[in-house]
Amino acid sequence: MTEIKLVPQNPANGPIAAAVLACGFGCFFLGALAVAGDGSKGVAAALNFYNPTGPLAGVTTVAIALWLVCWAVLAMRWRNKSLAFGKVSAIAFLFLALGLLLTFPPFGDLLLGH
Amino acid sequence: MEVTQRELVTMVHGMLFGGFFLLALFGMFVLLLDRNSPGAATNQPAPRWQTIYLIAMVIVGWAAVLSGAYIIYPWYRAVAPPGADLALYPKLLLTAHPFTAGWHNFGMEWKEHVAWIAPMVCTMVAWVLLKHRAAWNADRAVRTTVLGFAATAFLAAAIAGGWGAMIDKKAPVEGGPSIQLMGSAK
Repeated sequence: MTEIKLVPQNPANGPIAAAVLACGFGCFFLGALAVAGDGSKGVAAALNFYNPTGPLAGVTTVAIALWLVCWAVLAMRWRNKSLAFGKVSAIAFLFLALGLLLTFPPFGDLLLGH
Repeated sequence: MEVTQRELVTMVHGMLFGGFFLLALFGMFVLLLDRNSPGAATNQPAPRWQTIYLIAMVIVGWAAVLSGAYIIYPWYRAVAPPGADLALYPKLLLTAHPFTAGWHNFGMEWKEHVAWIAPMVCTMVAWVLLKHRAAWNADRAVRTTVLGFAATAFLAAAIAGGWGAMIDKKAPVEGGPSIQLMGSAK
């Protein structure tokens, strides 16, 4: 007797949406923290987790932590859901683009009025 | 033929970790394009070689940014004692002259942050490809989005690698004990 394997036709895209959106947020956090550290001595001092590396250590550590927390929370909420992926994708790309833009020094300087 | 310890570590960071990461990202991009082609869509799990390839790419990516930030960057940005030879302090060497200050104020400031986007994004892409192959295969929007993120990771890695190579030519990270690689030429 032939064994028939059932394959889900429309697998839930929630976990992928969570990963993509959290990644966009993480890149945005990285850029935003880089500009904040550049613009404020207080923020830079607070992000100076490891003195030889300076504020870069805090900027990247906090951004990565926030990215992973976002990913975990969204993944739990959307575990078995199928979402309108186009909307999630658009928001994720927006935050990714903002993150990229904020890491570009002339843009950060423009925001900070340097 | 010898190199200093800092030169060797910089080579490992840039040419081994960074170079391989950039090549691997390009390979992943080609892999993603192939998956976009009709007929490539199956619900089979990723082949073993792809699993190894993607995990190795993620590890090399993180190794590149972590070695850069926590080993080489402290050498680059170290504060020189009074009267020190600035050749051993690349950031100070570059910022000491207005004609070279841009290599730090623009190049390094951009590189040190944008570099981190590449391993973050490629971790996500690898995870989607390895863990959610069925949803990936079923949905064109998912494939297009992941492809866009992969392209961004490649762009970020290329910016970081390109600036790193140029800055290291202008003000190389040097110092530390000498390491003999080969016997002296006679």
